[in-house]
Amino acid sequence: MVAPKPLEDEIRIGVFVCDCGLNIAGAVDCAAVTVFAKALPGVVCAVRNKYTCADPGQNEIKDAIRAHKLNRVVVASCTPRQHEPTFRQCVREAGLNPYLMEMANLREHCSWVHPGNREGATRKAMDLVASAAARARFLQPQQELSVPVTKRALVIGGGVAGIEASLQLADAGHKVVLVEKQPSIGGIMAQLDKTYPTMDCSI
Amino acid sequence: MPSTYVLNMNDCLGNNPIACGKCAEACEQNAINYDDHDEILTREIGAIIVAIGLDVYDPTEMDEYGYTRFDNVITSMEFERLICAGGPTAGHFVRPSDQERPKRIGFVQCVGSRNPKIGRPYCSNICCMNTIKDTLLLADHYPDVQNTVFYQDIRASGKSFEDMFQRSKEAGTRYIRGLPGEVEEDPETHNLTVTVENTTSGSLERHELDILVLSVGVQPPKDLAKISSLLTLSKTSDGFFMESHPKLKPVDAPTRGVFFAGFCEAPKDIKDSVCQAGASASRAGALLNTGRIQIEAITSRIDEQACMKCGQCAAVCPYGAINWKKGEVAVVVEAACAGCGACGATCQFDAITMRHFTDDQLIAQVRALLELEPQDKVVVFACNWCSYAGADMAGISRIQYPASNRVVRTMCSARVSEEMVLEAFRCGAPVVLVSGCHYADCHYINANRQTAKRMQRLWDKLEKAGVRPERLQLEWISAAEGQKFAEVMRQMEELRKTVTMEEIEHTRHALQPKHKKIPEKKTATAGAR
Ligand code: SF4
Ligand code: SF4
Ligand code: SF4
Repeated sequence: MVAPKPLEDEIRIGVFVCDCGLNIAGAVDCAAVTVFAKALPGVVCAVRNKYTCADPGQNEIKDAIRAHKLNRVVVASCTPRQHEPTFRQCVREAGLNPYLMEMANLREHCSWVHPGNREGATRKAMDLVASAAARARFLQPQQELSVPVTKRALVIGGGVAGIEASLQLADAGHKVVLVEKQPSIGGIMAQLDKTYPTMDCSI
Repeated sequence: MPSTYVLNMNDCLGNNPIACGKCAEACEQNAINYDDHDEILTREIGAIIVAIGLDVYDPTEMDEYGYTRFDNVITSMEFERLICAGGPTAGHFVRPSDQERPKRIGFVQCVGSRNPKIGRPYCSNICCMNTIKDTLLLADHYPDVQNTVFYQDIRASGKSFEDMFQRSKEAGTRYIRGLPGEVEEDPETHNLTVTVENTTSGSLERHELDILVLSVGVQPPKDLAKISSLLTLSKTSDGFFMESHPKLKPVDAPTRGVFFAGFCEAPKDIKDSVCQAGASASRAGALLNTGRIQIEAITSRIDEQACMKCGQCAAVCPYGAINWKKGEVAVVVEAACAGCGACGATCQFDAITMRHFTDDQLIAQVRALLELEPQDKVVVFACNWCSYAGADMAGISRIQYPASNRVVRTMCSARVSEEMVLEAFRCGAPVVLVSGCHYADCHYINANRQTAKRMQRLWDKLEKAGVRPERLQLEWISAAEGQKFAEVMRQMEELRKTVTMEEIEHTRHALQPKHKKIPEKKTATAGAR
């Protein structure tokens, strides 16, 4: 028996291709992308979901992690700037280090900007999935550094918004430093006579 | 208005040495302290709420309304002082030229708002309702006044606003759709004549008035740029602060721990400012309550075995997060590292690993993107905070562009190493674009200066190798600039079409590394597919 090669054979990627209703599936052939993903190196399962971020979609990810012993997850859906925290939490709940999850942005960067070009959008979506899967093979678990938060807030500006925010924070028991460049607080509002819609005095 | 007296140091004749000293003589309480001076206080802070408000538009540049030429043309802010019981006229509304009470009062809306010609395309939100309020106040104080409002649209969409608008009309205010083209003054009486095209009736009208109030718009405060660079915040195209997400995180700044309240985020009235202040306070309070926060594990690590002690990394770190002394191995202070990756792209000895944005990972992405038909594709390196977000904005706004681009995300454009760009060309990319935040908006203080320097070196390198340098492009695109992102993608596609297969083939060979720099292991695993 030959011992299994370390890196290559250990990588088990699951790819989850999201329709986002018609947001993605309206412009991208998600079925074809899923088939394509399945054939990528290291990919052991590829699943298409209607809404990956919804509970059924997330459960599918968690189940697949257990069933296929996945150690990397690629979610091909929307921008990581929106849902990276969602899917990091999802894989964490299934016992995977959150840094082993990677996203491919098929919505903001693809379907939404290439409607009416199904072929081009689908080709691009495949590349983005291939790129995410290639990257996933090099992902490593990471530990986040935890740092204490100083229990004091700074509010910059003593107009109506700054005053209100300071008062609310202080009412909630927090220490607040309010800075104002003028000799007095009040800002523009203090320069007004009556204010709408109540027609009462501003101060 | 301060509740106690303060010395206005801009007008004081001088306190060091004391030039006049009359105030100290007059103050029986001996409260005047000429030795008081500005101090710098240092406090540790866990959360910041930015509530720096607004500046009111100065209508001097819009000369057609005659604000600088005619006494009886005033701004809505000046109106507030004239109608205020605590103001200079004790609340008796008189006009500046003769201190008489005006009866025919005009209001011009959108002065400095919704006017792209003067670079102010946005609606200031508050001026319609403010004018409606003013007409009601006048009608209430002086039943004989005739108010006339010149407007383009009346925006009265808040709670009970429409009701106020109707009441203003019932109180006799005339609303004329159309902004005045010209204002003239009778030199004798100082009365004003306003010429306006009434766009409802289509007729040219002249209105004689005793006073004209310019309903001035609002603008981002001039300190915004300073605060913005201190806290690494970004602006939307109208110059107000950009929030983290317009629907899901409307009061969070993209910088963690920073929140917005009030006008500086977008024009809004008092009620909305108070609401937003509450939301910000609650977000900031939640952060303070957690006690600890996790820092994303994207920081730099230096391999002390591989480090050649050159100090290059310490020289480029915008945060001073790398300790290095001549002849010693460089050390990263993890809590100070923001994860821009400038050091990782700079180290020539493969001694730095950027966690979660490693060379291996990024090169693998480039190779995967270009595996099939690379000649059809434009490789775009986009930084998380600006250009990647700008591409998201293009998506959210559904702005279409050619489907040839392939984006690789890094936290900062400074993370993009020479090797990554060269590898893209070696893999057959016709065009490579590196994009980041505008110079002053870099999310990592000024790391994008390293990007600019590195690009210069790369252009030189390409030129030497006989590769057209313009095939490597650099663009600064902000998170708000979805339009610009799409436009740049169109340009890149045009550029791509000019690149021939021969050029691409030549480039593959011309850029082969002389001494194999990429270790075998990485090449083998990444190229296995
Ligand atoms: S994960 Fe993103 S793309 Fe998928 S359904 Fe949710 S929002 Fe849409
Ligand atoms: S640039 Fe690289 S080799 Fe030079 S000091 Fe930094 S880590 Fe060491
Ligand atoms: S250059 Fe950037 S990544 Fe490197 S240590 Fe400094 S902050 Fe961290």
